[in-house]
Amino acid sequence: MSMTSIIGQKSIDFIFEVTAERIKEFAQAIGDDNPLYSDEEHAKKMGYPTIIAPLTFPVVVAAANEKGFDLGLDQRRMLHGEQEFIYMRPIHVGDILSCHSIVSDVYEKKGKNGVMEFIVIDTNMLDVVGELVVTSRMNIVYRALQKQR
Amino acid sequence: MLKYEDLTVGKTLTVDVNKLITRQQLQQYAKASGDLNPLHTDDEFAKKIGMPSVIAHGMLIMGQLGKYVTNLAGDTATVKQYKMRFGAMTFPNDEITCVAVVKSLSEHEGKSCAALTLYASKEQDTIVGTGQAILEFH
Repeated sequence: MSMTSIIGQKSIDFIFEVTAERIKEFAQAIGDDNPLYSDEEHAKKMGYPTIIAPLTFPVVVAAANEKGFDLGLDQRRMLHGEQEFIYMRPIHVGDILSCHSIVSDVYEKKGKNGVMEFIVIDTNMLDVVGELVVTSRMNIVYRALQKQR
Repeated sequence: MLKYEDLTVGKTLTVDVNKLITRQQLQQYAKASGDLNPLHTDDEFAKKIGMPSVIAHGMLIMGQLGKYVTNLAGDTATVKQYKMRFGAMTFPNDEITCVAVVKSLSEHEGKSCAALTLYASKEQDTIVGTGQAILEFH
């Protein structure tokens, strides 16, 4: 089966509500005590509508849907090789994000251990007025099956 | 905090060192992120699949590097794009050092932008991740 046949496959839409608790918990876990992630007054003083989320918070949103996007691939062969975020604006408390994931590319690259396959999955997160807030782009290395040692 | 006027291509920016990664932090990150793979929280499971111990989430390292980028941007710039490629594995008691080098400077739609090359490393200068951030200055 050619892997390219999965290009364009799209998950069902899912909704993620951004709460102060989720942002605070995430900021603490990465060891970031920036008051932008916990103090509404401070965030407003810095020009934001309210508390905003750290740069990598979109993974929390994307993870909320992982089970709902089954491409029929072997999980054991999937390795998270690269992650990218493209921001239109920061995610903030109160955002109700309408999201979907899509396989945006599949390609091969010649490496020292033969041909490697890569799968690119974009998760687009839109706000209530339909404006794109952030795209989370996950690049997965799809490793060749190895014989059991 | 960065000032666009002070940047030159090739300039190395102030280094930031994170606290040691702990098993407790991996538990906390697993819960906060929703990445519940036991490879990050269960030593027995990790050993069974050939690891010396639990390993840190790659995204936790990206989170630490993201904190560094956010602090660089401060209130003089906005982060428009941020990416990272995962390298060597990270374990409890590793200490992640973050540094950035100015890759390029440009004007885009009347705004000044800087592309930074990012490095997250641990002991003996082992690179655990390389990345890039695009900062747009206000």
